[in-house]
Amino acid sequence: MNYELSKTVENIKPSGIRKFFDIVSEMKDAISLGVGEPDFETPWHIREEGIYALEKGKTFYTSNAGLKSLREEISNYLKRTQNISYNPMKEILVTVGGSEAIDIGLRAIINQGDEVIIPQPSYVSYEPCAVLAGAKPVIINLKAENDFRLTVQELENAITDKTKVLILPYPNNPTGAIMGKKDLEEIANVIKKHNILVMSDEIYGELTYNGNHVSIASLDGMQERTILINGFSKAYAMTGWRLGYVCAPEPIIKQMTKIHQFAIMCAPTTSQYAAIEALKNGYEDIDMMRKSYNQRRRFLLKRFEEMGLDCFEPNGAFYVFPCIKEFNLTSEEFALKFLEEERVAVVPGTAFGESGEGYLRISYAYSMDNLKMAINRLEHFISNLRKNK
Amino acid sequence: MREELLSIIEKNSRIGLKDLSAMLGQKEIDVANEISALEKEGIICGYHTLINWEKTSLEKVNALIEVKVTPQRGQGFDKIAERLYNYPEVKSVYLISGGFDLLITLEEKSLKEISNFVSDKLSTLDRVLSTSTHFILKKYKDHGTIVNKGNEEEVREIITP
Repeated sequence: MNYELSKTVENIKPSGIRKFFDIVSEMKDAISLGVGEPDFETPWHIREEGIYALEKGKTFYTSNAGLKSLREEISNYLKRTQNISYNPMKEILVTVGGSEAIDIGLRAIINQGDEVIIPQPSYVSYEPCAVLAGAKPVIINLKAENDFRLTVQELENAITDKTKVLILPYPNNPTGAIMGKKDLEEIANVIKKHNILVMSDEIYGELTYNGNHVSIASLDGMQERTILINGFSKAYAMTGWRLGYVCAPEPIIKQMTKIHQFAIMCAPTTSQYAAIEALKNGYEDIDMMRKSYNQRRRFLLKRFEEMGLDCFEPNGAFYVFPCIKEFNLTSEEFALKFLEEERVAVVPGTAFGESGEGYLRISYAYSMDNLKMAINRLEHFISNLRKNK
Repeated sequence: MREELLSIIEKNSRIGLKDLSAMLGQKEIDVANEISALEKEGIICGYHTLINWEKTSLEKVNALIEVKVTPQRGQGFDKIAERLYNYPEVKSVYLISGGFDLLITLEEKSLKEISNFVSDKLSTLDRVLSTSTHFILKKYKDHGTIVNKGNEEEVREIITP
C-alpha cells in the first residue's frame, strides 16, 4: 500500500547515531565510549523522593506547566547560580527532557520560512526540529582553530533578514567546547543588533571544569530574547526520568504551554517530585560527579598527548573530540575499522553535522577501568595505522 | 590537590602513580611527594584490602561491644581505651556519645572466643562498669562498599546521542 506519508518527515535524514548503533549492537563483545549519558546512577536521596511520591499516591497529572513547587525551585536555582529572575508562574515550563523544550520552543516561534541558525557539530535534534517547525536551518560549521566556539564573524555571515533564532549549544555535545562570558557578550551584541532570539541549550551547564558556566540570559538585555533550556538528565544523572525545563519571556512560554498541553499534558509526576529534591539537596552530588568527570577528562587528554593524537582541551560536558585527520580515513571509516579491529565503539563526528568530519566523539561517562582499557586499544589501533601508512 | 588525591586513593589504593597524576593533572614526582608527606603526617594511616570473609572457608565471628567505663582523673577515657586497643583481636575502638562510652569491634574465630574475651578480659578491667555484646550476623555494607553487589552490568544503551 502507498501510505503517502509526510514529505517533510520522509525527507529528514535518519540520525547518524542510529545507523552506527545498529552495527554496534550486533557485536556482543564490544566495549563502548559512545554514550551520551552519565554513568552514575541517580543519587539515592533523589530516587527515594520519587519512591515516596509513588508510595503516597502522587500518581496524578500535575498542572500543565509542572508542579508549582518545582518551578519555584527552578527559579531559585537560576537566581542562585546565574542571578537571573524568572517568574515561576509565568516564565517557566517543565518539559519531558530538554528535547521537548527544543521542539516546542521552535514550534512556538517559527513562521514558515523563518531561518534558524544552528552551529555544528552539535546535538542531533536541532536541525530536524527546526525542519519540522517549518523553518529553514542555516548551518554554521564551527572550527577547531576557534576551539569550536561560535565567533561573531561566523554569526554575522549567517544572519539574514529571515533569521529568527540562533541555537546556542554550550557546553557542547559533542565537542565539549564552552563559551566564556566574554565570548557570549560579543555574541549577545550581534543578537541585539539584529533583533533576533537565542535558544540556549544549557543542559550541560553544571559540567564545566574551568570556571562556572555563564548563561547568555544573564547578560545585559538578553533575558527578554533568550529561550533558556536546561534539565536534570546530565547534572543529576537523571536521563531516564525524562525531565527538563525551559525559561523564557511570558509570551513565548504561553505559546509553548499550548503545544505542551496538547501534545504532552504534563511531565511525569514522579520525576517532578524527585527533581525538587535534586534542586534542593543535590549540590554535593553534582560536585562529586563533576570532580570525577574532570579526573577522567584529564586522564584522556594526557593519554592523547602521549599517543600524539591531536585534541583541543574541552572544558565542558563529558566528551572529548580528538582529530583523526592524519589517518586519511573519514570519521565513519575510522570508527568502523576501530570497532571491527579493536571492538571499541566511538561515535563518528559526522553524526553531529558535516563539520564533525575528521573527528570522533569519545565519551568519558565511564569508569576509569573501562576508559583505560578502551584507550589502550585506541593507542594500539592508531600505532598500527601509522605503521601501515 | 590534597583532598582530591585522598578521595581517589580512599576508593582505590592500588591505583598507579601514572594514572593518579594524569587524573589530578599533576606531575608524577609532585604526586609521589604529596603521598609521602601525607604518610609522614599520619593522614594516610595505612593501605588495606576490603575482604568479604563470608565467602571464604575461614570462620570469623565479629561483634560490636558497647562498654560503659569510669573515666580516669587526668586521663579521661584515653587510658582505658589504650588498654583495649592493644588487644590484636580488637579491630576498632571509638569513644562515643550517648548511653555508653566506648564502642569496640572484635573479631574472633568463634562465639566462644568472643565470650571469653568479654568475660575474662573486658569485664574484669577495674574501670569497666558494664558491657553489652552484639554479634554481627551479616555484613551489608562496609567502608562505603556494598558487600554483595557483584559485578555491575552496563545497563545503558551502547550508543546514545
